[in-house]
Amino acid sequence: MPDDSTSEFGPLSLHVPEPAVRPGGEPDFSNVNIPEAGSVRRPPVDANPEEIRDLAFSIIRVLNRDGEAVGPWAGELTDDQLVEGLRHMMTLRTFDARMQIAQRQGKTSFYMQHLGEEAVSCAFRMALSPGDMNFPTYRQAGLLIAGGYPMVEMMCQIYSNERDPLKGRQLPIMYSSKEHGFFSISGNLATQYIQAVGWAMASAIKKDTKIAAGWIGDGSTAESDFHAALVFASTYKAPVVLNIVNNQWAISTFQGIARGGAGTFAARGLGFGMPALRVDGNDYLAVFAVAKWAIERARRNLGPTVVEYVTYRAGAHSTSDDPSAYRPKTESDAWPLGDPVMRLKNHLIGRGVWSEERHTQAEAEILDSVITAQKEAESFGTLHAGGKPSARDMFEGVYEEMPPHLRRQRQQAGV
Amino acid sequence: MPRKTMIEAIRDAMDVMMERDDNVVVFGEDVGFFGGVFRCTHGLQAKYGKTRCFDAPISEGGIVGAAIGMAAYGLKPCVEIQFADYVYPAYDQIVSEAARLRYRSNGGFTAPIVIRMPAGGGIFGGQTHSQSPEALFTHVSGLKVVVPSNPHDAKGLLISSIEDPDPVIFLEPKRLYNGPFDGHHDRPVTPWSKHELGEVPDGHYTVPLGKAIKRREGKQLTVLAYGTMVYVAEAAAEETGIDAEIIDLRTLLPLDLETIVESVTKTGRCVIVHEATLTSGFGAELAALVQQHCFYNLEAPVARVTGWDTPYPHAQEWDYFPGPARVGRAFLETLEG
Repeated sequence: MPDDSTSEFGPLSLHVPEPAVRPGGEPDFSNVNIPEAGSVRRPPVDANPEEIRDLAFSIIRVLNRDGEAVGPWAGELTDDQLVEGLRHMMTLRTFDARMQIAQRQGKTSFYMQHLGEEAVSCAFRMALSPGDMNFPTYRQAGLLIAGGYPMVEMMCQIYSNERDPLKGRQLPIMYSSKEHGFFSISGNLATQYIQAVGWAMASAIKKDTKIAAGWIGDGSTAESDFHAALVFASTYKAPVVLNIVNNQWAISTFQGIARGGAGTFAARGLGFGMPALRVDGNDYLAVFAVAKWAIERARRNLGPTVVEYVTYRAGAHSTSDDPSAYRPKTESDAWPLGDPVMRLKNHLIGRGVWSEERHTQAEAEILDSVITAQKEAESFGTLHAGGKPSARDMFEGVYEEMPPHLRRQRQQAGV
Repeated sequence: MPRKTMIEAIRDAMDVMMERDDNVVVFGEDVGFFGGVFRCTHGLQAKYGKTRCFDAPISEGGIVGAAIGMAAYGLKPCVEIQFADYVYPAYDQIVSEAARLRYRSNGGFTAPIVIRMPAGGGIFGGQTHSQSPEALFTHVSGLKVVVPSNPHDAKGLLISSIEDPDPVIFLEPKRLYNGPFDGHHDRPVTPWSKHELGEVPDGHYTVPLGKAIKRREGKQLTVLAYGTMVYVAEAAAEETGIDAEIIDLRTLLPLDLETIVESVTKTGRCVIVHEATLTSGFGAELAALVQQHCFYNLEAPVARVTGWDTPYPHAQEWDYFPGPARVGRAFLETLEG
C-alpha cells in the first residue's frame, strides 16, 4: 500500500460481488423478492413509460401456489392453447434430453439444453405473428419447437450431417431459419440485440407491420451491443421487444457480476425511457401475457419494451461445464419459482382439462415422436459417422459468387 | 463531362442509388441534417427524407449492427463511419457478423451493406484521424475491401459496392477528397477540376469490384499501389525518370492477381507502396503473391515502402508519410538489386 496517502478517508478497496452461496453451502434465494401471483397491475399498452417504472422492480405472475390463474394478466389463453403450450414445453424438454445423451454418445460435439427455461421461448413464440423475426441466443429453441419447425431439421443441424441445412458450417444448435422467424445464431454474445433493433427499424422505414424480438442473457447485457441496442431502440422508437432472460448464471458467473448496482436487469430500460417489465419466466401464462402486451405495443408503433424473464438455468450452461463446481447441487430445487412444466401441468389438472394419466400418455407420445425424428436424422449421419457435408461445401457461400482466390484454394484442397 | 471532387462523386453515387432503389438507406454520425463532416451526404436527407438518410448515435458498433439487421430485413444500408480510426468498436459486428452471416446461415440471411470510412493521413489528423486499417479487413473471409483513388472510380466503385450482394468496406483516402495529392505537402494541390479523372459521368455507371487498372505504362518496374499512393508513385516516377508501370489496385479483396502477375512478369521488378504500417500490412500479402507467381521473372527482391510501425504521429506526419522521395529511393534500389 502506498504510504504517501493524504486522504482523510483511509485507503480505497475494490468491491467484487459474490453470489450468496457457493458449492457446499445451503441454497439461499431469500434475496429474490417474489410478489404474490396476480398482485402486479396491468397498465394499458399505451401507458406512459414514466408512469409504470415500478414494473421494472416487481415480478408479474399469473399462476399462484395452488395452480390457479389469478390477477389482471390472467385469461389470455384458452384451455386448448394451454395444452398445446404444455406439449411444446414437454417436447423441448424431451428433445433436449435426447440430444444431451446423443452428445454424450459422441454423435455431436456440443449441446445446450433449456431445462427450467422452457416457458420463456415456447410462450413468447405463441404471441408472435407470421413474418415477425426473432434474434435469438442459443437457448431459445422453443421458438422453433413452438413454431412448428421440423425436429428432424434441428437434429440434422446438431449432427452436422448430410442433411444439415447449414452444411456443417455452424456449431450444433446454432440454427437459422428465415421462414420460421429465427435469425441465424451467432455464438458471439449480444451482437444479435442491436441487429434486432436494426431489423425493426427497417420494418418501420418500409412502413411494414412486422416486429422484431431481440434476445439476450443476463450475463451478456454487459456487452456494449446491449447498450447500443437500447440507445437505437429508444432513439428511433423501433418496433422491437428486447427480451432479457435472467437465468441467474452466465456459465459460472452469477448474475450480480453483470447487473452491478442496478436493482434489476429490467431497470436498464428505464434510463432509456422505455417501458420495462419483469415477469416470472417459469409461468407460461405470465410470459405469454407480457409478451403479448409488449408485442402489441411494438405493433401499434408505440415503440420498444424491455422484458426481463426471471428464471433459473436448472442444467449446465452447455455440455462443457459441470455446475456443481460453482453452485450448490440443490440450488435448482430451491429455486422459488418452481418448474414451468409442472406448474402448467398442475394448472391444467386443476382446471379439469388434464390429468396425470393424460400427462403420462403425452410424455410417451412425445418421446416416441422425438425418437422417430432422431432415427430419421441419424439415417443422414451423425458428426463422426455416416453422411456428412462435403469438403467442397466449405468453400461455398463465403460470397454470393466465389472469387478467384477461393476457387484457387478449393482446387488446391482437391475438393 | 462534368468534373467533380471525390466528395461530390461519392455523394453522387449514393444519390443515384437512393433514386433507383428505395431499399438504399444512408446513416451515420452527423450524416443527416448536416450532411457529414466531409459533406459526403450533403443534401441527401433533404431529397430523400429523414427515414432514408439520418443521424445515428455515436456508436459505431450500433451503426453496423443496426445496418446488419436492416440488411437481413431486405434493405441495402450504406453507412458512414466518421473516420476509419473510429471503426474498431464495430469490428466484432463486421468480422463476426456481417462477414459470416451468409456462410453461417447457408444463404438464409445476408448482409449486403457498405461501410464507408475516410482513411489515410496527410491532414494533420494525428493518430485518431489518419489510419489506414485496410489489412484488418482484407484478413477477413466474407468481406470485400475497396479503396478508390479518384472521383471517377469512387462513384463507379461505390455504385458497384451498393449493388454488391456482400458486405463491402469502402475506404476513402481523405487526402484525395479535393485533389490528387502526390505527397508534396509543401506545394499547392491540383484540384480535381483540373484532372481528367475528375470527370464523373452523370447517372448510373459502375467500376467493377476486383479489377485493378494500369495508371502508367512502364517497362522498368511495377508499382503496386492504391489510394493516395498512386499519385505519390506517379510523382516518384517523374522525379527519378524511372519508367515505372503503376497499377492502381482499386479493390484489395478480391484482388486482381492477373493484372499484377502480368505486369511483374513483364518488368521483373516490383515495389509495393502503402500508407499503412509495414508489419503484416497488405503489402506483405502482395509480396508473397508476387514471389509465388513471378518468382522466375524477378530480377530483384520485392520492395515495400510503407508507413513506419508506429502510431500515426502528429507533428512528424511528413516523416511518417511514405512520400515521393522514399518511394523514389526504393525505385532506385530495386533497379540496382
